[in-house]
Amino acid sequence: MTQGSSARKGSKPVPAPERWDLRLYIAGESARSRLAIANLKKICETHMHAGYSIEVIDLVKNPALARGDQIVAVPTLVRKLPEPMRKIIGDLSNEDRVLVGLDLRPRK
Amino acid sequence: MKTKARSHIPLHGIEKCPTGIRGLDEITEGGLPRGRPTLVCGSAGSGKTLLASEFLVRGAREFKEPGVLMAFEESENELADNVASLGFDMRALEREKKLIIDHVHVERSEIEETGEYDLEGLFVRLGSAIDEIGAKRVVLDSLEALFSGLPNEGILRAELRRLFRWLKDKGVTAIITGEQGEKQLTRHGLEEYVSDCVIFLDHRVTNQVATRLLRIVKYRGARHGTNEYPTLIDETGLSVLPISSAGLTYPVSTKRISSGIPALDEMLGGKGYFVGTSVLISGPPGSGKTSLAAAFADRVARDGGRVLYWSSEESSDQLMRNMRSIGIDLDRHRKSGALVFHSVRPTLYGLENHLVALHKLVVDLKPTALVMDPITNLDAVGSSAQIKSMLTRVIDFTKNLKITGVFTSLGAAEDENRLEQGVSSLMDTWLGLRVIEADGVRKREFYVLKSRGMAHSNDLREMTMGEHGIALRSPYAGARATGERLTRAASTARGRITTNSRGSRS
Repeated sequence: MTQGSSARKGSKPVPAPERWDLRLYIAGESARSRLAIANLKKICETHMHAGYSIEVIDLVKNPALARGDQIVAVPTLVRKLPEPMRKIIGDLSNEDRVLVGLDLRPRK
Repeated sequence: MKTKARSHIPLHGIEKCPTGIRGLDEITEGGLPRGRPTLVCGSAGSGKTLLASEFLVRGAREFKEPGVLMAFEESENELADNVASLGFDMRALEREKKLIIDHVHVERSEIEETGEYDLEGLFVRLGSAIDEIGAKRVVLDSLEALFSGLPNEGILRAELRRLFRWLKDKGVTAIITGEQGEKQLTRHGLEEYVSDCVIFLDHRVTNQVATRLLRIVKYRGARHGTNEYPTLIDETGLSVLPISSAGLTYPVSTKRISSGIPALDEMLGGKGYFVGTSVLISGPPGSGKTSLAAAFADRVARDGGRVLYWSSEESSDQLMRNMRSIGIDLDRHRKSGALVFHSVRPTLYGLENHLVALHKLVVDLKPTALVMDPITNLDAVGSSAQIKSMLTRVIDFTKNLKITGVFTSLGAAEDENRLEQGVSSLMDTWLGLRVIEADGVRKREFYVLKSRGMAHSNDLREMTMGEHGIALRSPYAGARATGERLTRAASTARGRITTNSRGSRS
């Protein structure tokens, strides 16, 4: 590593102009799944102006995919990009925590 | 789902799922409760993961029951490497689709909790693995990692309850491992969810010697042994010693087996020991205990039998060299397989583990005779009472299999408070040796203290050893007349020795 490199570390808030690549794992078309999807869309539209992509994976249909991203809890939101990878569990109702989890807001 | 075939559990008791683990199926009378979860708990390093892995490997290999291992603490590679040293090739089983290892990694620092959730991801992973290979066995090792990985204990506990119900519905036989807690069986109280069967593994260190023990804490609806059973981990996996005390029900034989020394056979009613009995040979250092034991081993091997020679003092090479000097060739018996040496330092592990190791050898070799030479060295790892308890189990076990046992013991038979006083009651035949000094020479004196169920000689004999073997001569020709005079002769002899041995010690 060269000194003063631009490598991102830990929980530093990420600058806005980024491409967001998100993956949401759900299990079946439950009320909780629908709530998580709705919450996620709202947050993306409000905070990710540079553009984002959301892939929703239903583990009931694709159980084999749970191993790859080490999914245990459902719903789980995985931030694939920007790196590093982040995991957020729950139905995303607590927007503050979601923003902290996505590094859009500094940790207290 | 494949639950259909499993759902008809017979009304008369619980259907068992054999583990294939040596001894465990005996004390559980058939194995773990089929189609239900079993909790295996114990301290770190007590062998929980090993037991669980062996359950899967043996299930896949020996019972055609594929298995899924969900590992929460170790990665697939770590696990496979750990059990490879025990001869379990998990990777081969994975290739053959008989085993799936799924490493579940939950890292709290990577997780942000933002609302309601459940652990359906875990269920999905486990469910798809079970369905993929038609698994009948499942291991979760250890679920407790979830407690440190997930922030919400309330959700976790509700989900665990659901998980155990789900496992039962799936009809899989499961092992869940848990770390020992301070006030409860497991740190996070997993026993609350598993009510069918609980196994506790213990790993104790006393006098710097480790002893492994296994206990069935609970087995709902089934009879099981309640003792702590010694266990051993070696190159073949886990072994549990199923015997604790067999009781006095062993078969009795009227057949005889030669002691290997014609003169001694003659003293024992002309025919030698009874088959399946236990023989104690006591004597001070250098009095010829090992020689007597070796002569017996040689005889058994020559007569077509097989001998297990447990030596806690000498290596097999040393023993064979020494015995060659008195005309006993043990080497050829070793080469032919009629004689198997097990030389072990008593301090290598605890008494219980010696017992398990011995038990295992006896089961594997099915010997005609067992020699333990000497038993007194075990005092490095146990008290007299503990050694007696161990030997009781050895003798109960060997007698049941009609194995004749010869045990040597260092020390004069007359000494009080010695190990002999404790173990002599276990022995059917007790032979004494001592060294006396007379006319400027040290002589070995031999006698039979007792021999149950046979007329035996009360003579004191002089034992000599030379190139042509062991001879027992009668130096007290005059004392052979009547029993009364004999006793007197014996007691004066005894008095003389006591003085001598004291004198030589100062």
